[in-house]
Order: sequence, then structure tokens, then C-alpha cells
Amino acid sequence: MFKTKAGVNALVLAAALSVGGAQLAHAAEADFELKNVDFSFEGPFGTFDRGQLQRGYKVYVESCAGCHGIDYLAFRNLGEPGGPEFSEDVVSVLAEEFPRQVTDGPDETGEMFERPGTPPDRLPPPFPNEAAARAANGGAYPPDLSVIAKARAGGPDYIYSILTGYEEPPADVEMRPGQYYNAYFPGHAIGMPPPLDDGLVSFDDGAPETLDQYAKDVSAFLMWTAEPKLEARRRLGFEVMVFLIIFAGMMYFSYKKLWRDVEH
Amino acid sequence: MAHTHTDAEEPTRRDFLYIATGAVAAVGAAAALWPFIDQMNPDAGVQALASIEVDLSAVEVGQAITVMWRGKPVFIRHRTEGEIQEADEVPLSDLPDPVARNENVAADAPATDANRAEKPEFLIMIGICTHLGCVPLGESGDYDGWFCPCHGSHYDTAGRIRRGPAPRNLDVPVYAYTSDTTVQIG
Amino acid sequence: MSGHHPTSELEHPVARWLDSRLPIISAMKAQFIDFPTPKNLNYFWTFGGILMLMLVVQIISGVVLAMHYTPHVDRAFESVEMIMRDVNYGWLIRYIHANGASMFFVAVYIHLARGLYYGSYKAPREVLWGIGVIILILMMAIAFMGYVLPWGQMSFWGATVITNLFSAIPLVGAPIVEWLWGGFAVGNPTLNRFFSLHYLLPFVLAGLVFLHVWALHVPGNNNPTGVPVKTPKDAIPFHPYYTVKDGFAIVCFIIFFAFWVFYAPNYLGHADNYIPANPLVTPAHIVPEWYLLPFYAILRAIPSKLGGVIAMFAALIVLFFLPWLDTSRVRSGAFRPMFKVFFWIFVAACIGLGYLGAQPAEGIYIVFARILTIYYFAHFLVVLPLLGIFETPRPLPNSISEAVLKGQGGSATVPAGAASAPEKRG
Repeated sequence: MFKTKAGVNALVLAAALSVGGAQLAHAAEADFELKNVDFSFEGPFGTFDRGQLQRGYKVYVESCAGCHGIDYLAFRNLGEPGGPEFSEDVVSVLAEEFPRQVTDGPDETGEMFERPGTPPDRLPPPFPNEAAARAANGGAYPPDLSVIAKARAGGPDYIYSILTGYEEPPADVEMRPGQYYNAYFPGHAIGMPPPLDDGLVSFDDGAPETLDQYAKDVSAFLMWTAEPKLEARRRLGFEVMVFLIIFAGMMYFSYKKLWRDVEH
Repeated sequence: MAHTHTDAEEPTRRDFLYIATGAVAAVGAAAALWPFIDQMNPDAGVQALASIEVDLSAVEVGQAITVMWRGKPVFIRHRTEGEIQEADEVPLSDLPDPVARNENVAADAPATDANRAEKPEFLIMIGICTHLGCVPLGESGDYDGWFCPCHGSHYDTAGRIRRGPAPRNLDVPVYAYTSDTTVQIG
Repeated sequence: MSGHHPTSELEHPVARWLDSRLPIISAMKAQFIDFPTPKNLNYFWTFGGILMLMLVVQIISGVVLAMHYTPHVDRAFESVEMIMRDVNYGWLIRYIHANGASMFFVAVYIHLARGLYYGSYKAPREVLWGIGVIILILMMAIAFMGYVLPWGQMSFWGATVITNLFSAIPLVGAPIVEWLWGGFAVGNPTLNRFFSLHYLLPFVLAGLVFLHVWALHVPGNNNPTGVPVKTPKDAIPFHPYYTVKDGFAIVCFIIFFAFWVFYAPNYLGHADNYIPANPLVTPAHIVPEWYLLPFYAILRAIPSKLGGVIAMFAALIVLFFLPWLDTSRVRSGAFRPMFKVFFWIFVAACIGLGYLGAQPAEGIYIVFARILTIYYFAHFLVVLPLLGIFETPRPLPNSISEAVLKGQGGSATVPAGAASAPEKRG
């Protein structure tokens, strides 16, 4: 064979370089480093911390849900494996006690009506449409949070950085009314008022009731809403990898055995 | 090394590696196939579909309503005394399908009228002909119950098949009365 | 080639009955079992099989996704999310399809590079090569239309930018773009037709792949020496030798593929495509998928709109003419010392263009993009024609068997007399 090894190396290098290029492109969008949080779900075997997701849901409901929807999340998801794993009864209560009711209908008279949520319902959105959302928020549009952790470079680190990144603006920066200075928001002028503060949400599992903890918990929760099958994916991935490596070994020995008598 | 062994031994061992590799490949292919088959099963959203509550107070005697549940029509008929009596008097031996087909009673319960309807005045069943899935017409047929126009199946006033190609009585879904006048289906 | 199997050789009477009416069994046997294949193919030759697998994977996973996807601007993004959340194994199938597109291009670029290095485009394989180039272009079109379907921000703006390329055509540009859109901007009719074509064209691609394989089986495989098969000793039957070798390579490739699907499923995509399409806001940086970046860099390197579009398409079209632009009488790059150097410069230029395609089109990036674009075309239009005239190739082995026996294919030990046996052309 002619230079096969060198060729393979070069191509692998080439592939790595081009992937690196794409990655650089992603990174080029921000002029600052995001804060890095050590989440339990990082790494190939990472899983969500159930308690953290349960707290994160509470933070979301009490501090974020007023303006941000999670349109693609159903209450039943809160009880599914790989998520906060609330018990079935708790899920029903959470659905019923959600701050907004579900719009259903039309009824016999053709009217839409409101009713309490049930597990199969998706979380009711805060605003009927984008125009209504903007009108209620001084022109800013609070994005839906269903996949926000995948829609922002940095994912949960980005969310955590934003939530903890509110600062007094530097002396030379003029903030317009309705805008807040955030060290981690592109352009630094964010329309969202600081949503969290120490002691705002009470936890019953002994976790510290601090802004930092709230931000971590809700970031983890939003990672789960963006990627609810993350744990199933990694578990299946591990099984598939083990199988494939064994299979590749057997294929290799079959190949070697078969070709043993062939001059090549 | 093979040269020191007899000719008969080597092919066996060689075959074993190939057969094992082939078997692993077959297992892998079968396992890989499953997600592509399973994706056609009802998804999590469909499976979680809510049960429905129906208010029966407005359904007069002799009247029937049809509600939609899991994409299927459900007949709710407020039966008259005459209809109940007629259904009650049918001997089980006259029934092509002697099983109740009611998810609320035992799977082998006989198809008596009492086993077809929890409250005799309200007959609740899935309005799909057990032959090939058409929706039968109410208050028609030779047994004063339902008649399926597709292939001529006649059901009686308890929704039991009496004549025609349908193999089973109309199915009764899971339901429970949450109050005197409301029933929850599913 | 040889290996003609008449029906009468079949043992089973049913097989003989079928084969005498439709000789499919004997054809399969001749083309995929007994097919004589050079015995010195290296692992780069396994990518044909890998690509076949990827085509099948993409078609099956795509057909399955189409069962759950809704091609409507109001529902597309949501239906994709429901596939990810509610459909049984939907997340797996979608990640297979999305990353499968990238893997398809990884394999096709290696396959293409192998063809470039070992001169697989040269006579008598020009038609085989040409069909391959058509397949590459069609693949790009299919991948682009598929990327539009989730209807995220990159989908929408990618569709807007790429369809606007056609507005560069003089006189009829604007009407053509409106015809592509089915409106005055990218919208629901665009999404719907892209879905329709994204479903249809892969089957056209499969037909082209059939022609590609057919055209391959007329002259047979090229090989690392570029010396054709001369005696039966040079070749071995495709099955079991290459089915097992390709099988091993395929499993290794699936491991690579599975890594992305299970452990980095969104790495090769862009975060902005998880933002629903918004016709009022353009993302800060519009970047195509990595496999289109080199061509995107060429597009932006040219300061005129029409010129950029022409250059981008020319970068693909020039490949059709490669069999006639390369004037060397020696087929394999392994025996061409100067060609080798220029080949790797060319590969580096392509990677460099890929990198620049991901950078903002400004300042020094533009300068480099222009230099590399010029090199890209110069490689085909200047370097290859001249190399054939000025380069002194190393001596060729007389046959594949000789190359194999003399030092595992290394040509340095081939006797000098072999130099006087140049390859025949045509």
C-alpha cells in the first residue's frame, strides 16, 4: 500500500481542522467568556440531578413563567423518566396549580373556555401571540424557553451567565429606559429586568435560597426541557458503542483470517 | 499454526469465527430495525390523550349523542324502558357473540344487558362496527338497535351483534360515573 | 469484465427458472460476488461501500421522519420538536438523519480525495467520474433543501441567501427567484416545494448511484498503483474478500457516526437553527453547514455578485473537465512526486477555504479567501495540465502482483526496467 497511513492521518487532521473551523465560527459570536458551571449532566455519562430539576421547575414557575412560555413541554413530561421525575400525583397537582389555566374548547355554544391544566396538557403560554407579548413587555419579546438551551451558544452556561450577569453599567455606557446592563448579553443591553434575587423562591429540600442556586437550577431545568431524551440518548449510546466495538473486533479478525493467504 | 493440525479441524474453527460474526451482525441489524418500527406506534402525546367528561343531564330518554374520544365516535344512548326490557329478554343462546365486550367487567363476562351497561338507562359504547370499522346507524336494523350500512350488520338495543358479518358486540370503553349525571370516558 | 455466469450454472431449479426469465441472480453473482477486484485496494477504497450505507440510512431515516413532519411554516418547527419529544425513538431517528448528512459528506469528500490522488478519473473512467460529480452536486442540493425543513433561523436565512444566488442571473434573475420561492420571499410555498424535492431527489440520487456502479463495473476498480489488472493473479473475487473488508470499515465508520449521534448530536449544527424562523430578523452570522463552507468562501471571495455565483458553481463544474485537464500519462499519484506535493497543497487550500467560509467576510479573511480561490482553480487549470508535461514520474510496476510482492506495494524496489512500461491511455 502506498502511504496509506500518512494519507489517513492527513485526512483525519483535515476533518479535525474543518470541524475546528466551524467551532471557531460559533465562538466568534461573543466577545466574552461565559461563566462555566459544573453541571451534573456534563460528560458522556452525566445525568440530571432530579432535585435540581424539581427546584428548577419551581424557579421557572415562580420567576420566569409570567413572561416566558415553554410551549413544547407537557405537564406529563415532568413525571417521565430522565426528567424531574415528579410522581404521578404531584404532576396532576402541578398541572392544576400552574399559574395559568388551559384554554380549551369550543364548548357546545362555540365559545372557548378556561379550565385547570391536566397532565396531558402542554404548559399554557403567557401571551396569545408575539404582538401581545411585545405590547406587554415594552417592545421586547420574551422568547419561548422550550429549546433555549440549544438555541444559544453555551447552552446552560449561557443561561446561568445571563441570570447572574446583571451589573451596574460602566460609567461611559448610557442605558435607555427599559434596558438593563448585562455583562453576558450580546450588546449588553437586555430588555429583561433582573428576574432572580436571593430568597425569592423557597426550597423545601435544604438547597440554598440564593440567586446563584436559582440560576443554576433553572439553567439545568431548561437544559432538560431542550433535550428531554438526553439520559436515554447517552444510555442507548453506551450500549450501541459497546456492541459496535465488539462487532468491529470480530469483523477485524474475520478480515485478517480471510486475507491471511492473500498476498496484498 | 494451522499446518500442524489436521485438515478437518481448521475449517471448523474458521467457520466458528465467521458464524459468530455473522450472528452478531444479524442481532445488530435486528436491534437497529426496532426504532424504525416502533416509531409508527402511537406516540407519547397520543397515548397521554385525556379522558373526557360528558354531561348526561341534557340527554333525554330515547335520545342519543355521539362524542369523540381518542379519535373515535362513542355512542351514548339514553334508552327507553322498552329498549332495556327488549335487550334484557334476549336469551344468551340467541347471541352470536355471548361475551360482554365491556372493559369495565371481566373479560369473559356473559353478554347480558346488565353486563353491557352499568346504569341500564345509559348505554355507552364505541360506535365502530366490529366488522371493518364503519360507524353504524342508530335506531335502525332488524333488532331496533344499530345497523351498519357497509356490510349489513344488525345490532340490538344493547349493541350486541345479532345478524351479519360482524364478529363481536360493539365494544364498551372504560368509563366511570363521576356524579349522577356526568360520566368520565377513558 | 470476466465472470459471466450463465443460468445453467445455477443449481436450484427455482433459481434456474427465474434466471432464465430475468437473469437477476446470475447478474448479481457476476457483479457483486465473483466480480474480480484488484487485490491491493487500501482502506480508502472502502468509502464506496460506506457511501452506499449512508445513502440507505438517509433514505430510510428520511422516509420515517416524513411520516411525522409537517411541511407548513406554522407547524414545521413544532412538528420537528414533537418528533424529538413524543415520537417513539424520534430523537434517535432525527439525530441519525441530521448527523447522517454530515457523515455522508465526510465519506464523499474522502472518496473524492481518493479519486483525485490515485487518478481514478482518468481514462477509461471519465464517465464514472462525471456521474460522481453529478452525484456530488445533487447531494449538495438535497442537503441544502433538507436543512431548510426544520424552519429555524438558519433554515430560513440559508434558503433566502441561496435562492437569492439566482437573482445574479442577468435579465431573468428576479423572475427566476420568484419562481423558486412561489412568492415574493421565502415562505410556505417554498418550504412545501423544498420538502417535496427533498423527498424526491434522493431516489434520483439512488438511480445515479446505480449508474455510477454500472460505470465502475465496466473497467473495474482502479487501485493504488493505477496499473490495470492484467492477469487473474492480480485480482480476487469481491465476495468474501472485499465484502468482509468493506464490512469492517463500515462498522468502524458507524462507530464514528454513532459518536456524533449519541454524544454530540448538535455540535455540527448551528444553535440558531433552534430559534424558529423569523422573516424580520437576520442572524448575526449566516453560516452554511460545514460541508458547504469551502464553496461559500469562494462565493464571498469574488467582489461581484454574478462573479461570485459563477465562481462557486465553476468550482464544481471544473471537476467534470478534470480527466482532460490532467495531462499526465501516469494514473496514480503514488508515482508522481510533484503531483503529491500539489495534491496536499490543494487539500490544504480546500480546508483553508472551509475555515474562511465560517469567518466573517471582512479584512484579512477576504484576502486569504481570494488567494485560496485562485489556487483552487489554478490547481485544475494550470498545475495539473503543466505537471503532466514537466513532471518525471517514478517507475511503475509491471503489474499489481509485482508491486505487491516487491516490498508490500512500495515501488522503490521495482526494477528500473519497469519505467519503460508506461500505462496505456484510453
